[in-house]
Amino acid sequence: MAKIIVVTSGKGGVGKTTTSASISTGLAKRGLRTVVIDFDVGLRNLDLIMNCERRVVYDFVNVIQGEATLNQALIRDKRVENLYILPASQTRDKEALTKEGVEKVLNQLAEQFDYIICDSPAGIEHGALMALYFADEAVVVTNPEVSSVRDSDRILGILQSKSRRSELGLDPVKEHLLLTRYNPERVERGEMLSIEDVNDILSIPLLGCIPESMAVLNASNSGVPVILDEESTAGQAYDDAVARLLGEERELRFLDLQKKGIFKRMFGG
Amino acid sequence: MSFFDYFRNKKGPNTASIAKERLQIIVAHERNTRGQPDYLPQLQQELLDVIRKYVAIQDDQVQVQLDKNDSCSVLELNVTLPDKV
Ligand SMILES: Nc1ncnc2c1ncn2[C@@H]1O[C@H](COP(=O)(O)OP(=O)(O)O)[C@@H](O)[C@H]1O
Ligand SMILES: [Mg+2]
Repeated sequence: MAKIIVVTSGKGGVGKTTTSASISTGLAKRGLRTVVIDFDVGLRNLDLIMNCERRVVYDFVNVIQGEATLNQALIRDKRVENLYILPASQTRDKEALTKEGVEKVLNQLAEQFDYIICDSPAGIEHGALMALYFADEAVVVTNPEVSSVRDSDRILGILQSKSRRSELGLDPVKEHLLLTRYNPERVERGEMLSIEDVNDILSIPLLGCIPESMAVLNASNSGVPVILDEESTAGQAYDDAVARLLGEERELRFLDLQKKGIFKRMFGG
Repeated sequence: MSFFDYFRNKKGPNTASIAKERLQIIVAHERNTRGQPDYLPQLQQELLDVIRKYVAIQDDQVQVQLDKNDSCSVLELNVTLPDKV
């Protein structure tokens, strides 16, 4: 049975698309059949980050409306085997993502894939609700900053009350916190919320902490998910996050040395 | 104050701890109002207006809360009156 994972946040520009690209690439690299869906109708972006923008012919909405088959719309990644991208529509209105339509496509994908990653648009409107509705797990991408943390808490509330799992009374959506754009120096100076701070407020299990890194911009410039930049701290931190998603235990890295003891305790590692 | 805050304080103002405090307050408040019907804030305001016709009270002296059970919902209304009415 395929696992559906939404990458969500409430707030825009926190790193959802960056995260969707890297997590899906990381899963596929491990041999898991993975598809990543861009739910950002109107603002297609994942294709650029995944370097397939010039190969988009049909999109998610075309498939929902029966204008193309799923296999016509899916784009196979050229670097990593087992990885496919379903791009967002650029022009249609957002209501084109109907619950029935999304469900139909997800059911079809579930027959061919192990993991379905849903890259959510920002906000708490229709597109974001559709992206999270069918999720089994949620990666809540959060920056160590007041508005991002508050929005993440709202999204957690929505996952707990408006998702399919909550409406049907099934096991709740499994929640993961992914802290991104973390700057240990600024945390040290008391200018930025620390991992413990964010953890104290949101109190959901930590999937990982991605440092603020120049490599992310370089990666998106060239259309390479940053996880493939194995030299970079951000790439390695994403690889750790993927490993944890699959149940492996990995110690947190790229935070300053002083705090190491505490994180060991947090992970029991 | 945690061990690390001590180190932080040595170097300029600690805006992160202000951020944390503010977040804790607002997030707790928003969790409490989560899932409530949209009309509750207005209901609370109108109740305040009615009560103020008779007694001078502050905004926070009227609390409205909706509790849902399996069979019914209970609207709980708490009005704190000043000592001398
Ligand atoms: N760890 C990071 N370090 C530096 N820049 C980052 C990091 N994560 C994301 N960014 C940058 O932040 C911006 C927004 O990222 P994106 O993934 O598009 O966010 P979202 O999908 O949530 O809107 C992009 O310019 C991206 O390069
Ligand atoms: Mg995005």
